[in-house]
Amino acid sequence: MSKATRVSFGEEIAALGASHNDIVVFDADLAKSTQSWIFGSKYPDRFFEMGIQEQNMIGTAAGMALCGKKPFICSFSTFVVGRFETIRMSIAYSEANVTIVGTHCGIGVGEDGYSQMALEDVALMRTLPNMRIIQPADDAEARAAVRFLVDNPAPSFLRLTRQALPDLHGSEYAFEFGKADQLRNGKDLAILASGPVVANALHAAELLAVEGVDARVLNMHTIKPLDEAAVVAAARETGRVVTVEDHSIIGGLGGAVAEVLGEQQPTRMLRIGVRNVYGESGSPAELYRKHQLDADGIAAQIRAFIA
Amino acid sequence: MTREFSLTDLRRAAYEMRIDILRMLHAAGSGHPGGSLSLIDILTVLFYRHLDRTVENALAPDRNRFVLSKGHGVPGLYAVLARLGIIPADELLSLRRLGSPLQGHPVNAVLPVVEASTGSLGQGISMAQGMAMAAKLDGNGARVYALIGDGEFQEGQVWETLMSAPKFGLDNLTVILDYNKGQIDGPTAEVMDIDPVLDKVRSFRWDVQRIDGHDFAAIDEALRRTRRGDGAPSFIIADTVKGKGVSFMEGTVDWHGKAPDAEQTKTAIHEIETFLRDLN
Repeated sequence: MSKATRVSFGEEIAALGASHNDIVVFDADLAKSTQSWIFGSKYPDRFFEMGIQEQNMIGTAAGMALCGKKPFICSFSTFVVGRFETIRMSIAYSEANVTIVGTHCGIGVGEDGYSQMALEDVALMRTLPNMRIIQPADDAEARAAVRFLVDNPAPSFLRLTRQALPDLHGSEYAFEFGKADQLRNGKDLAILASGPVVANALHAAELLAVEGVDARVLNMHTIKPLDEAAVVAAARETGRVVTVEDHSIIGGLGGAVAEVLGEQQPTRMLRIGVRNVYGESGSPAELYRKHQLDADGIAAQIRAFIA
Repeated sequence: MTREFSLTDLRRAAYEMRIDILRMLHAAGSGHPGGSLSLIDILTVLFYRHLDRTVENALAPDRNRFVLSKGHGVPGLYAVLARLGIIPADELLSLRRLGSPLQGHPVNAVLPVVEASTGSLGQGISMAQGMAMAAKLDGNGARVYALIGDGEFQEGQVWETLMSAPKFGLDNLTVILDYNKGQIDGPTAEVMDIDPVLDKVRSFRWDVQRIDGHDFAAIDEALRRTRRGDGAPSFIIADTVKGKGVSFMEGTVDWHGKAPDAEQTKTAIHEIETFLRDLN
């Protein structure tokens, strides 16, 4: 069953609220959109509506964390991660156990247009020492990631989608933080994808397989710390690496992989994503087609890359 | 508390700590004397009489907490912590040196007794709010204090917190404004006037008091009043003098962010020692 990862988050954090009374959830006037309202309706004393005050939400949550609570702060990713310097000081540098839950990532936001889309959030969070970045690709992974974050407190960024994502894993999926999730083995090239475009990347690999191109597909749910061993092995064993993300090609998964390979295993690379342009209004399907982030677009770019 | 400190004890301690601050800043060769000297009287009364901070309770989960939101005033905070024995006094001269826990602005991750990493203005007040909310959730009766600067008051995040704390009924939160009326680029009234600050804060439904921030009895009385428990957060506007206690620094913006040289340090310490002698 397909589900938006923000919904998976909302349901899972609300379920965990019963057994973890140190979980506190904050929202900045977007509780219905981020799905934090589910927790809020069950645990009103541990849910804090901050109004449209993202900086204050970041700082308040950090103060709570320094007193032993496990705060989850929710907003559209661009609005909360956009308060970068506040996150830098109050959460990251302070080693405050706060999870930044950024929903509505990427061009998949659709009709609302660029102002609501986070296309640079991974790049920003990746620069902060020790900041963990998890981007789940489906419902099971999102739920597993939330359970992991509750049990393993540290400054973290959980990047979620507005749109529904098809299931890639069963509910028994064993999420392993920091370990790439191999969805398809292959020897001709490696496709490293994350979040909302993993299913498209897998579909693209199937299209290429018909043409005799055998692609390995890795789901990079943990962007930081990156599974460097899996990245280097993929490059060494296939010789060609393609990254796919609903994010700018600058500084996100593609940037992270390029940094690792540049130092450890220089390899020809193709970064598929938003190519240094702003987003715009349109249906998610139209935007994915335009930016060649749908399966056909990914396959087409790969054909050109390996030609 | 093992003993009650008289206001004269506190006054003496605050002036002795002024000497520590000057020595630290001179040894470091950089830092912020103006704001450290304007806030030291407030910190002295707060730490000795209201936080009741001791070595034993310095990291107790239910402790009263203090966040120095104006992180550049940290020499004053280090001086108080050293005087209470919470950090070693001989560490003070390592201020701003490589590897020292006494970073140029407070860092909670390396020195947990400073409560919060600050130095980017406007953020500490939010963190203090979060601590007050946690104390409410835990029902442990802890009180939280934050000290902010008048330049800092210009930051939007301060206004966000002014708006939010009354909503959450944080009568265990006290924000103290070190109103020394100067900031890096000049007098606060010229750089970006915050007045009428009392009316502004009161309109956000805080309990607001205005005091002379160098009058020890007034500081003590104002802090006592913050324990009303009526649901409203407390805001104390403390009128202070930048560089207070060193005549050539008093009221001059020039001394916001530079360390005294050897001669200036000697002159300043001599003046304070004379004052302390006259206190007898």
